[in-house]
Amino acid sequence: MKTRVIHWFKFASPQNFYGLAGRMWPWFAALAGVLALVGLWISFFVAPTDAQQGEGYRIIFVHVPASQMSMFIYLVMAGWAGFGLAFNTRLSGMMASALAPTGALFAFLSLVTGALWGKPMWGAWWVWDARLTSELILLFLYLGFLALQASIDDPRRADKACAVLALVGVVNVPIIYFSVKWWNTLHQGASVSLTRAPSMATTMLWGMLIMVVAFWMYAIAVALVRVRNIILERERHTEWVKHALE
Amino acid sequence: MHWNSVSEFFAMGGYALYVWGSFGVTAAVVVGEIVLLRSQRKAILRNLRNELLSEGASS
Amino acid sequence: MRAAGWPSVFMAVVRREVAVGMKQKSEVLTPLFFFVIVASLFPLGVGPESALLLRMAPGVLWVGALLAAMLSLQRLFATDYADGSLEQFALSPAPLTLLVLAKVFAHFLLSGLPLVLIAPVLGLQFGLDARALGVLTLSLLLGTPTLSLIGGIGAALTLGVRGAGVLLSLLILPLYIPVLIFGAGAVEADAAGMGAGGHLSLLAALLMLSAFFAPLATTTALRISLE
Repeated sequence: MKTRVIHWFKFASPQNFYGLAGRMWPWFAALAGVLALVGLWISFFVAPTDAQQGEGYRIIFVHVPASQMSMFIYLVMAGWAGFGLAFNTRLSGMMASALAPTGALFAFLSLVTGALWGKPMWGAWWVWDARLTSELILLFLYLGFLALQASIDDPRRADKACAVLALVGVVNVPIIYFSVKWWNTLHQGASVSLTRAPSMATTMLWGMLIMVVAFWMYAIAVALVRVRNIILERERHTEWVKHALE
Repeated sequence: MHWNSVSEFFAMGGYALYVWGSFGVTAAVVVGEIVLLRSQRKAILRNLRNELLSEGASS
Repeated sequence: MRAAGWPSVFMAVVRREVAVGMKQKSEVLTPLFFFVIVASLFPLGVGPESALLLRMAPGVLWVGALLAAMLSLQRLFATDYADGSLEQFALSPAPLTLLVLAKVFAHFLLSGLPLVLIAPVLGLQFGLDARALGVLTLSLLLGTPTLSLIGGIGAALTLGVRGAGVLLSLLILPLYIPVLIFGAGAVEADAAGMGAGGHLSLLAALLMLSAFFAPLATTTALRISLE
């Protein structure tokens, strides 16, 4: 007797996932939009002025989501990479490749907003504190992934090589963070830390949380759209793609 | 709501450059990424259609 | 090939690598000269003020050693890949990881060890005293094998890829950062009176971690490149 079971594994095929992703991404985009609107409203109209940092602290409502997501995306990327290596699935590598550019952009955003936050608060466009320096190194890891991908012509080999790189990177991220923290505390004179956010009112925390989820939904939407492009590109010689175009 | 006027809102207590700069860069990145994805998709579809046409013509 | 034969396979590969290195001396000596030149560039760039140079010395020498070690990484698998012997070894009953370990060890002997030996001389140019030179040498001795181990991963990933040299640097340098931090930090900590023990232990820990995991990653990367 056959019971109705959702055969999730059918979505491991690029063809099926293409359709699923096409149906899913608008929902995530809409969610991202709504959450962003709510988050921005809280950022500017609900969260109070900070006693020490005035209005300047509001940058955290984009800086913190960007850095959190840049790290989270790297983890997810490495997860897909590991899955792809272990089970030799094509789609996993494509998902990792779809996530990488967004993660890199978020890391970049984190650095730029960090600089814009640091300049008025601590007088310098850049401080070598542990978090910013680790974020910079994370950006390097992303750039390495993207560069390796671009250099290898065969997409399957590129995916697998990048998978190894992502896994090596993810193992190193805690080591790098620990060593940078160590480096920072040993060398620090005055303790300046960009991570010393103002003591948070509840509204500030809510604003940040909502913005983080907004960034997260955005990242998922963008990754789904990008993976559809990747699938089209890679599978272009298959029948279903030819039919999809007509 | 604690902004007494629109100009106060834009001034951001003197931090206008930094706050609006940050949100501006964020918006630019988001818009840029979306635009890039759309043009990427258009390019792929265009190339695929051309490939199919030339295949159809030669077959 | 029985497992009992593995050490002899290991030694055979190491011996061959060292012999090749000795014959093509320029490939071994060029990174070394690079190290010397780079170390001299910094005083030329920042001025000869001795206090500044003394402070800079551990970092400069470590960065120089790091870059020099990286220069010879491309050759690690490239020649064997080109003439097909890499594929032969992959098909042979001996585990590919054994070859990786042997080549990485040979790389350390040919590129890391010379750096370790010449660094004290360069350290004198920066005004490091005997004790600091000792810590520097020890830190490099512990660190350069790690650099070779991690470098092997990059070399395997970029095998036969266009622009492999620069790409390899981009991939490897972020991974080198912890070694750099603890290596240079050891000398500074000792100079500050805090003792280098903590840093050196961390370097040793990194060495053991990478000795464990890097060959696995390198072997996987090699198999991917050989497909």
